[in-house]
This record gives sequence, C-alpha cells and structure tokens, in this order.
Amino acid sequence: MGLSALAPLWSSPGLLLVIALHPALSVPTHRDYCVLGAGPAGLQMAYFLQRAGRDYAVFERTQRPGSFFTRYPRHRKLISINKRYTGNANSEFNLRHDWNSLLSHDPRLLFRHYSRAYFPDAHDMVRYLGDFTDTLGLRVLYNTTITHVTLDKDQRAWNGHYFILTDQKGQVHQCSVLLVATGLSVPNQVDFPGSEYVEGYESVSVDPEDFVGQNVLILGRGNSAFETADNILGVTNFIHMLSRSRVRLSWATHYVGDLRAINNGLLDTYQLKSLDGLLESDLTDLAILKDSKGKFHVTLKFFLEEAGTNQSTDSITLPQDDNDNFAMRVPYDRVIRCLGWNFDFSIFNKSLRLNSGNAFGKKYPLIRASYESKGSRGLFVLGTASHSVDYRKSAGGFIHGFRYTARAVHRLLEHRHHGIAWPATELPITQLTSSIVRRVNEASGLYQMFGVLADVILLKENATAFEYLEEFPLQMVAQLEMLTGRKAQHGLFVIIMEYGRNFSGPDKDVFFDNRSVGQTEDAWQSNFLHPVIYYYRHLPTGERVSALPRPAGCSDLSVRRVVTHSETFTHTLTCQGGRPPHTTQPGSFSSLCFCVESCFLFALTRQKLPPFCQQGYLRMQGLVSTESLRQHRVESWLPRNHAATDSRLEDSSQQPGDHEPLDAPMAPGPLAQSLDSNKEEL
Amino acid sequence: MSSGSSVFRVGISFAIMCIFYVPTIDSLPELSPQKYFSTLQPGKASLAYFCQADSPRTSVFLEELNEAVRPLQDYGISVAKVNCVKEETSRYCGKEKDLMKAYLFKGNILLREFPTDTLFDVNAIVAHVLFALLFNEVKYITNLEDLQNIENALKGKANIVFSYVRAIGIPEHRAVMEAAFVYGTTYQFVLTTEIALLESIGSEDVEYARLYFFHCKLVLDLTQQCRRTLMEQPLTTLNIHLFIKIMKAPLLTEVADDPQQVSTVHLQLGLPLVFIVSQQATYEADRRTAEWVAWRLLGKAGVLLLLRDSLEVNIPQHANVVFKRAEKGVPVEFLVLRDVDLIISHVENNIHVEEIQEDEDDDVEGPDIVTQDDEVAETVYRDRKRKLPLELTVELTEETFNATVMASDNIVLFYVDWQAVSMAFLQSYIDVAIKLKGTSTMLLTRINCADWPDVCTKQNVTEFPFVKMYKKGKNPVSYTGMLGTEDLLKFIQLNRISYPVNITSIQEAEEYLSGELYKDLISYSSMSVLGLFSPNMTTAKEDFSEAGNYLKGYVITGIYSEEDVSLLSNRYAATLPALLLARHTEGKIESIPLASTHAQDVVQIITDALLETFPEITVENLPSYFRLQKPLLILFSDGSINPQYKNAILTLVKQKYLDSFTPCWLNLKNTPVGRGILRAYFDPLPPLPLLVLVNLHSGGQVFAFPSDQAIIEENLVLWLKKLEVGLENPITILPAQEWKPPLPAYDFLSMMDAATSQHDTEKVPKCMKETDVQENDKEQYEDKSAVRKEPIETLRIKHWNRSNWFKEAEKSFKCDKELCSKVN
Repeated sequence: MGLSALAPLWSSPGLLLVIALHPALSVPTHRDYCVLGAGPAGLQMAYFLQRAGRDYAVFERTQRPGSFFTRYPRHRKLISINKRYTGNANSEFNLRHDWNSLLSHDPRLLFRHYSRAYFPDAHDMVRYLGDFTDTLGLRVLYNTTITHVTLDKDQRAWNGHYFILTDQKGQVHQCSVLLVATGLSVPNQVDFPGSEYVEGYESVSVDPEDFVGQNVLILGRGNSAFETADNILGVTNFIHMLSRSRVRLSWATHYVGDLRAINNGLLDTYQLKSLDGLLESDLTDLAILKDSKGKFHVTLKFFLEEAGTNQSTDSITLPQDDNDNFAMRVPYDRVIRCLGWNFDFSIFNKSLRLNSGNAFGKKYPLIRASYESKGSRGLFVLGTASHSVDYRKSAGGFIHGFRYTARAVHRLLEHRHHGIAWPATELPITQLTSSIVRRVNEASGLYQMFGVLADVILLKENATAFEYLEEFPLQMVAQLEMLTGRKAQHGLFVIIMEYGRNFSGPDKDVFFDNRSVGQTEDAWQSNFLHPVIYYYRHLPTGERVSALPRPAGCSDLSVRRVVTHSETFTHTLTCQGGRPPHTTQPGSFSSLCFCVESCFLFALTRQKLPPFCQQGYLRMQGLVSTESLRQHRVESWLPRNHAATDSRLEDSSQQPGDHEPLDAPMAPGPLAQSLDSNKEEL
Repeated sequence: MSSGSSVFRVGISFAIMCIFYVPTIDSLPELSPQKYFSTLQPGKASLAYFCQADSPRTSVFLEELNEAVRPLQDYGISVAKVNCVKEETSRYCGKEKDLMKAYLFKGNILLREFPTDTLFDVNAIVAHVLFALLFNEVKYITNLEDLQNIENALKGKANIVFSYVRAIGIPEHRAVMEAAFVYGTTYQFVLTTEIALLESIGSEDVEYARLYFFHCKLVLDLTQQCRRTLMEQPLTTLNIHLFIKIMKAPLLTEVADDPQQVSTVHLQLGLPLVFIVSQQATYEADRRTAEWVAWRLLGKAGVLLLLRDSLEVNIPQHANVVFKRAEKGVPVEFLVLRDVDLIISHVENNIHVEEIQEDEDDDVEGPDIVTQDDEVAETVYRDRKRKLPLELTVELTEETFNATVMASDNIVLFYVDWQAVSMAFLQSYIDVAIKLKGTSTMLLTRINCADWPDVCTKQNVTEFPFVKMYKKGKNPVSYTGMLGTEDLLKFIQLNRISYPVNITSIQEAEEYLSGELYKDLISYSSMSVLGLFSPNMTTAKEDFSEAGNYLKGYVITGIYSEEDVSLLSNRYAATLPALLLARHTEGKIESIPLASTHAQDVVQIITDALLETFPEITVENLPSYFRLQKPLLILFSDGSINPQYKNAILTLVKQKYLDSFTPCWLNLKNTPVGRGILRAYFDPLPPLPLLVLVNLHSGGQVFAFPSDQAIIEENLVLWLKKLEVGLENPITILPAQEWKPPLPAYDFLSMMDAATSQHDTEKVPKCMKETDVQENDKEQYEDKSAVRKEPIETLRIKHWNRSNWFKEAEKSFKCDKELCSKVN
C-alpha cells in the first residue's frame, strides 16, 4: 500500500568498493540515512528506507540484531502480548493485538509464527529480529560501534549540515539524516550514601537459590522491580519495595509501562499479609548503612548528616528509634536497584544540542512531536528513546507503538527530501463515513498510538471529495501542509482514539458500575478506547492542537465539531444505534445514504441534493432497495418525510368550522407557524 | 398602557334594525351608515370603521382590518367599513379624514372608540376589541396591592390566570385575550403591563410576556398564599389553551392499570407521565410524596399514583418510579429513584424533545423516535434479523480469491459487513443469484473487505460496495450501474457475449437487427446497435469497438464491415460509416450517419438514442433525463396515460414547441413516490392528471398547467407562450438551500464545555504547554486529591437512570451493547 515494489538491494556498489579499497584512509563514506542501532526501531526504519529504495545503513554494536533482548529482561519473559488468535481475518485489525511484530509486507514475519507463548521468551524476540533483518535483506553493519557523533556544517547538505559518525576503528561516516534508535541503555542510578552497596538489575543473580532465607530490599516500583521480586518471592524471608511514587497498575492507567498484572505477585502477598511490603520514600533522601555483620540498614540522609561523617554504623540514629511505624527496622541481606534506564547521551557532541528533556531528568533526549531533535535538524530519535513524546500516555516507547511512529517519520522524510507527498487516498464524499468507520474498526496505528497518531481527512473544494491521510502525528497538525505536501484549504477532520478523560489513572476505580455508555448523546463520556473526530474549518494555527483533554477556557475556536462514538465490545462499529458522523455546519456536507426512491423525491423537489444522491443516483449508481428493505424503509423513514410536507397542506385547508363565539376553537394559526419553523430548523 | 384606564363613552345608535345581517361573510363589508346601524343586533358586538367616501379605498389599516374580519367573526363580532356619504351624515363620521375612528358597539350601544393608530395590526385589533368586551373577565391592574386584593377575594373560590404583557395590542396580549374569551367565566384573568409588578412577585429576566396560574381555589386559610405555576412556553393562544387544560386536570390520579396502557390528558398534550409506585403499607406516605412531586412537576408532566397491590401486570420488584414518555411506542422505564429531586431532574432531562402537538383529538404522529437519520442504515438495521440465503454465492478469502478468479468466469461483490449500503446491496446480489440459479456459467462470489482488506486493495477497490467481473484472459470489468437487482442482472446477462459482436453476413445482420440472433438478450437491451463500416475504415472500426466495449453490459452492439456492406447501407439509406439502431419494442430500425467516429462521440450518440421523446419517468430512468439539464415537463397520471394527452404532447414535440424541455409523464401506480412530489408542489392537491413544468436546473420554479383546462394542443401552446413571456406565476419554488440531515448533529463540544464548567469551577482552567502536561501528570500521582472522582459520580447517577431498563432487559436474556461492553 503506497509502497513501491522492492527496490534493488543496494544502490551504490561503487561506494562499497571505495570503502573496501581504502579502509585506512578514513575517507568519509556518505549515506543519506544512517540508523543507529539494529533494535526493533532501527530495523523498522531500515525496512521503510529499504522499501523506498533509499541510501541507508544501520550501525550495530554487536554481531546480531536485537542485542538488548539477548540479556534483557533478565528473567526472559517479555510482557508484550503475543495474541495469536483474534477470531478476525483482518490483518490490520490483528496488529492491534500483536505487540511484538514489526510492520512489513511479509505475512511470514509476524511474531505469532515465532512463539506460542502469550508472554513470549526474549530469545524468540532475538530470533525474530534476526529473521526480519535477513529475510528482508536489511543493510546492517554489525560490529560497528559508533563512538562519536558530530556536525559538519555544509551548505550543500539537506539540512545545512552533515552528521559525522566515527566508529571504533576510526572509520568516518557522513550522513545527511541521522536516525537514533539506540534505546535506553544506561541503567538509572540514584546517588545516595551507601549506594555502592546496591546491586543493579542488570547484574544481579537471577537464580532464586542465591536468595534463600534472605531479607531483600528492592528499589524501584516498575516492571523490572516486580519481575525481580516475582522471581525470588518464594524463597526469601520477605521482600520490601521502596520507591518515590505509589505503585501504578497498568490496568488502571492504560499505560503498558506501568505495573502489569503478570508481574504483580508481590502485591498479592502484600495485601494478604505475607510479610512482603511496599514503602514510599524519595530515594535521594535515602542512606544505606552497612553494619558489622554485613547487613544493610536503611536510614535517611538527614540523620547521617546530623551525625557527622566518620561515625560508625551503630551510633547513627535510625528512624525506627523515634518512630515505631517505620517499616524498615530490620536489616537487609541485599539491596537491589531496579530503577530503569536512561538514554546514552555520551557519544553525541555538544554541537548536536541533543539535550535531555528537563521533565525527565536524563532519561530521554528532547524531541518534537515529529520525533526530530529540538537541537539539530535532520536528527530523529526513534523507538524507546523517543518515548518523551507520549511518556506515561501512549505506547510510543514500545514496539507496538513505535513501529507506527517510525513509519510516520519515514513519511515525513519522504516528503522533505524526496518530494513524495504523504500517502493519501482520494475518495468521493459519499465514502466519508465508510472510510472513517473502516479505520476506526480496523486501524492498528490509531489504536496503539491513541492520542498521538491521528488520521486526517482533508476536504476538497465544495466538499465533494476528500483525501484520507493515515497516522499523522497529532501535535504536528498545525504544520500539516508543510510536512505532508497536501493542501488543507477546505476544512479537515482529525480522527484519534482516546480513553475517557476521567476513567483511567492510578487510584481510580476503573470497574465502577455503568462505566460503559450506551446512548449516542453520551458518547463523549465514553470511558473505553473510543474514536473522537474533530472537524476544523481551517488548519489550527496554534502550536498545539487542543486534543482531549481540552482544558476549559482554552477552547480552540477552529474546532467546529466533535463527533464520537460510544464504544462497543468488539470495537466494531456498524453505525447502528447511533448516528454516523456528520455535521450540520453551513456549507458542509453529509454522507448519509439514501435509496433511489428518496433520491428521486429529492431530485424533483429540491434544487440541491444530498451528496449521496448527487454522486450516486444521478450518476446512475444509486442504491435500489429490495422488496423487504423497501418495507422497512416505508415503516421507518419515508412517512416522516412525507409528514413534513403534509402538515403544510393541512394547516391552510383547515377552516374554523364553528362560529359560536363561546365555543370557538382556538385558531390553528400559531401552530402552523411553530411546525413550519420547526421544519426550518431541521 | 393608556387604553386600559381610558373612560368609556356611551352613545346611542339612531338606527333601526330592519335587515337581517348574515355574519359569515369573510371580506370586509362596505355599508352606508344607515345600512350599518340597521344590521346591529342586540347583544352582538360589532366593530365599525367610519371613513369618508372619497378616501383611498385601500390603506394599511383597512388591510389589517380586513384580516381581522375572520378572527373576530370567530368570536361573534362583526366588522364593517362604513362609508360616510354626504347625504347621510352620522356623528361617527369625523369632520376630517385624519380623524376617522373605529367604534365598537354592543347591540346598538357604543362600547369604545378607537383611534386607528391604536389598531396598528390584526393582533392589536383583536386584542383591543376583546379587551373592551371582556372588561369584567380581565382585570387590568398596575400595582401589587391590586393583585393581592384580587387574590384574597378569590381564595377558596376561583383560580386566577395572571399575565404580564409588555404592551397592549401585541400578539401576546391577543393570545391572553383569546384565552380569556374562552376561559374568562371559569378563571379570573388578571393583566398587567407593569414590569415592576411582575418583578415584585419574583419573576426575573422577563422579555415579552409571562403567564402564571394562581391556585387560589384550594386555599382556605386567608393568610396563606395561592400556589403559583409559571407557564414556561411562549405565550401563544394554543400554548395558553394547553396550559390551562393541564392546570384543569387533576393534580394526582390513582391508577391500578398497566402503566403502558394508561393515558391521561397530559400524554395527549405531549407531556410524559410519572407513576409513583405505591404499596398498601406505605400508601399514605407515598401519596404525600406523589403530591409533592405533582406540584413540582405541574405543567411538565402528569403524576399518577400506581397501586402495586392491585396491579395485574408485573413491574420490577425494586422499581419505585415508572416513567412513560409521551412518544408512542416507547417502552416505559422502570426506575429506582431515592429522592424527589431525582425524579424531578429525570423528568426535566427527558422532556426536551416534545413539541406540543396539534390538537388532542387529532391523530398526530408522535415525536420521532427514529435514532438514525441515515435512511439506509436505519432500514438495514430494522432488517437485521433476516437470514439471507448466502450459500447461493461463494464467499472468497485471501487464500481462495486468486485461484477462484483464475479458474472460471466470476462476478465478485466487494463489500464490508459493517456498512449499511453494502448490506442492502448484498440482498439485491443474492436476488440476482436466485434468478440466475442453474442458468448461468458465471460464478457469483463475494468477498468481505472488512476481513480481507489486502485483497480488495490489490484489486484497486476502495469504495464499497463494488462489483467486478472477471473473465478468463480478459481485464476485469467494473460494474458502474445502479446498485439493484435488475440492472446487475442485465449487466451479467448482456456480458455473456463480448461486444461489439462481429457480424459476418447480410443474413446474420438482418437476424441481428430483427432481434432473432440474440433473442434471449433483447429483453435486457431494448435496442441493438449495428455499426456499418467499409472494410478499409480501420480507425473508425477500432473506435467503434472501443465504444462497444465501453457500453458492454448496458446495450447490445455489433459491427459489420464485410465487402458487401453497401447492400446494408443502401437498404437502410445510410452513408458509411453509419449506425443502425434497431428498437425492438417499436420494431423500428433507423440509421444515423457517423460524422465523427471518435469512441466518445459514438458512445454519446448511442446513449442519446436510448432516450425516448416522451418517456414514462421512473426512479430508474430519471438520471438519464436529468442529465439533459432541461426543465422537465411532467404529466402526473394516476395509472396509464390517456392516449389523447400523449398525442397532444407528441404533436407539440413534432411541432418543436418542446425543444427546450424534457417532456415526460409519471405513472403514480408505478412510481408511488410521485405523490410525495405532488404534495410538495401543490397545496391543496387538485385532481389528476396534472401537468407541471419543473425548472430544476435554474431557479427551481414549478409551474402548473391550469387544472381546469383540458390538456389539448391549443391550451398547451397558449400556456407555454404565457410561460415564455413570464405571464405565469410559479406555484412554488423549490428550496435552494443545501440539503441538511433531518436530525441535528450532536454538539459534543458544548456538552463537554457545559460539563467542565460545572465541575471544574473551583479549579482555574489553565492552558497547558506540552511540558506542563507531563509535569502536571507527575504531580497528579503525588497529590491524591488532584483529580477526584466527583464528575464520574455525577455521571454515574445519570447513567444509572437512563440505562436502567437495560438492566431489566438483562433478565430476559437480551444482550445489549450496554451489557456486552460491561464485560469489556
């Protein structure tokens, strides 16, 4: 779809030859696109570049793709769902429930062929990524560690500068566009007194035997922490978990990065009084002391400072001395740090201005909603490292999310550097509802990247036709024309999927009664993932599209209509029981459908016809109803239509028949007016 | 304001009554003074305008007065214009033209005189006249003290209808007076124009008018105030009438019948009913509650006490309130509402739909309960339970598609099962399969593109439903005709052979033209086209082949280009290259020389030739004639057309009178929807047949041939000439505004805004920057109280009420969307 046939494998064999002949001379080899890292995001990008026949290379540190998964997660169980059966044949729909596959045209490269487990083993992911690379013939340069990245200003370059990559052998690579898909590779460490006693998730033993009869403190409250706890739950004396924030359950937040039910065995035992515990404290206030027996005591930095520096363990006040409620009165045998990962900024030269976003400390580089670095044009961040765009909101930090954002980035690049407009299907206006319902029913990108990627419908002049653009980054809608090469002069629809604004969040009762909404007019209060359709008369001009949640008082005046559907169990809309999206704005349109008889009536009683009649019936393509349908139609719809015409007729023919003053009937005059005006409104 | 307090002058009429006056004349009678006074009857009121004989015959006032004749007659008041002639001067005849006045007599007693400027329009005339006549029934007051005096005087005796109008003579004043005319003897009407008075009884934001019902009759204790019910609808005669009717109805009724069957005046007036379910044990308390509710809902709903113990039908055990909407056919709702406020709010949230219906006796349609405004979607939805014999067509999948399409000749329907148009057309498709069963080599298949989007995309199908024909060794052909059984069947049948047919002998050509050659096909194509070419006209032949190929499935085409082609061309007087058109129904063969042999032009010639000169217009063929962009001259006929009319029009066609029109006729028996069209044109509908000219493409005027004239050539010609020079007036003009869906769209934005402003008033809304969102997000987790569940809580109550009968449905194993998604 929209992708050209498989391009020749490699477009410049001559260049390769040059590299082979002069390896020692450090002549920079040029590539249009350089991808850092052969993980899922790097490979996904490589796939799109390859299909488009672009000049690219992927640089990979190790000798095979997906090296992260050779070691992580430590306990080998992936928590991304491998749902192999959905009862649905639609391949696009099935991607909604496939959290591991990368996007490709090859149905063999679906993860369900690689593992039968619902929560698959990480080795299968390694095998899958290897096959993906080999089957598609992606160009990956293995054993190439990029040690330094810098900028070289050059007027001729696409972006005014080249990215200069130096590998461990001193070989220099010149790139027009740099796509960073290196993930988060630096374990997050918090500095506090005693942090040297802490073992890291990346190196701690995964053998439960090593924990038999021990008291264990785990720092962190994420999936890695719970995964570690789960592994040793049965053999330890007890496990305490400590983190700054309260535990967030992904089934309450809809965020797959929060604690998943599969890992929360410890919560179960905590709530059932089985010695395990959860504690809340800021790690930076913490101090860990090692006593003479080699056991660890937890205290606060504050007490340590009070006591001075060179005190022995025993003389330092411990919180439990004053406050009996302090849970950590017992010493621990081990302290394990499971605090997540940070982006590796170290290889990037300052000139790249690849700063970390302030909101997340050192975790993520700062990027725009188009995934381009805020510091240097032409540098895009993909994959897990790009999660700052939708951190704690959507799925952009995970395979099932970033496979779509990679495609979006590729489409942006195709337009920016190769003049290929964002792919779009042009259809007559009568297909509007169908197109929307179809995407809402089956689109996986909208579904996985809810609230982040949006489908955009650009209306043509007089709203007789439209262009349908898929999965455009919502926050970039203001720059849509510039970024896609499409024109949005005559109004547009923006379609996204969202959860109800008050539904999810830590601490909320997500199973409350009547959480589902049955009436169409209540659709906006829908709690489950549901489509929201915005209609704008013009492209929104502000920096930010006021997507939901839309704070009151900041209403974007250009938003004309929001149409949403109430959810259904299967997420299949049939447009029944609710009205299909249409608007009644002046000069607008509708894609309501009519049988030929109605069109016939309209054609002879109106000067302007509904589009469905104009474009279908009058072009001899109308829908002729069968006998049984005609029956239903007569019952439901047409009588009303006739009634409207009838009323006028009866009003004027009615005569006040009685002239006895005292029993005079009320004149029918006012009613005739009210009916008429009512008709006008409709 | 002035008129209310003005003094009455009483005069004596000198006239002697001697002629009986007939009071049912509609137009304003013009009489001499003497004659006028002779018509006055004792006890009857009469309004007379005295004017100078030489004054202009029409004036604004006279027009208004003329209009007031009919309404005043309804109240038994006659109206007349009295011409003051010199011979019989009357004291009512003013000296100067400007000082002419209207006088109101009762019998021969003068009640009031009106300067003409107070009677500025028909409303003012009616209002003033009634006001003067109902001097006792309608008390005009200016201060609160007056109101209190009246109130006190009537306590325990009668109820009061108190109204405020901004000024005397405005439409609202007329409405009040008209109501007073009917109800003035039953209720005391009190009127004021003092806004201060209204404000002093606690009404705010009054724009034009207000009307209160004071329930004074019930009040026995003089120190107690009368209860007041405000009428919330605008002040119109009808609204006041309905309002008073509701006030008249009993406050609370006890019933022991099935709520579904119960009907009261409220229901007939478009108001819902609220049943308070009561049991023997709690009867007293329930009755008090019900009365309290009834007072609160007075004018908004009818309240009944439902005695559960003596009830024969089952109502759910826990339900304590039953809500019955005014719309017919809507099931009653069983609710559990813990306090009175919930009942009130439930009613108030649910009555917005009702428009007050015409008359309680009339069999008017209830408010629309159809939720869909998509005709096809609604129809298909209603038909959802029907099982189609789908097995007559082969369902394809991604795996079987290519193999099936390669193996045999196929018609493939590409559809999506969630789309109404697709599902409607699927029925026609199955009908085609039934008709073709066992007779066709063509395999009818279908593929659900909701399941196999990739196949459909690969076949370049982006719109649904879509039909393609796959024939071995040939490019697939897209079907572009009407989505119906007949047209698709025709397409399939005609496509059994390939076009254009190559005719190789003169004899074969004759058989072809006579219809013998493809006997079984000519029922699908009323015309066969034969292209005649000399063997050396290669490009022309290619072009014709292209045209024939383009038209395949719609019309039969053949080609003849043997050496002896001249035999044929001579026989049919054609010059090569030429087309022979054989019209099988008429048995005629005509020839058309081909000036241009371009494929497009050939297609155009053939499609034009398919049109008739005076066709019966049908739903199916209108588009072909509509395309011509000419005004339609339609003869609406109830059944077959009268041959005389047909001949008259055909003669006009021959005489070239109708070149700028598309003459056609419509058989209402075949095309019943034509009645809807006539209703839009005529008001009232004259007897059929009707000849109408509809200028659809420029202006939308509709002209009607006078129905009292015979449809004969002379009359038609005359009428057309009049039309041409603009002497005829259109009977109606078709609306030119954009077509709009019949139901308004949901305005979710304002709903959301309303909800946020309600709940977030304590929180100052702020615009969040991208980074703020994330920071804010973090803060929320720290601060538990940042987002409380309050909004959800309120929603929950609301939903509970509404979705309650879903819960009931659960018991009867009906799995509804609501319930299903709860499992989600």
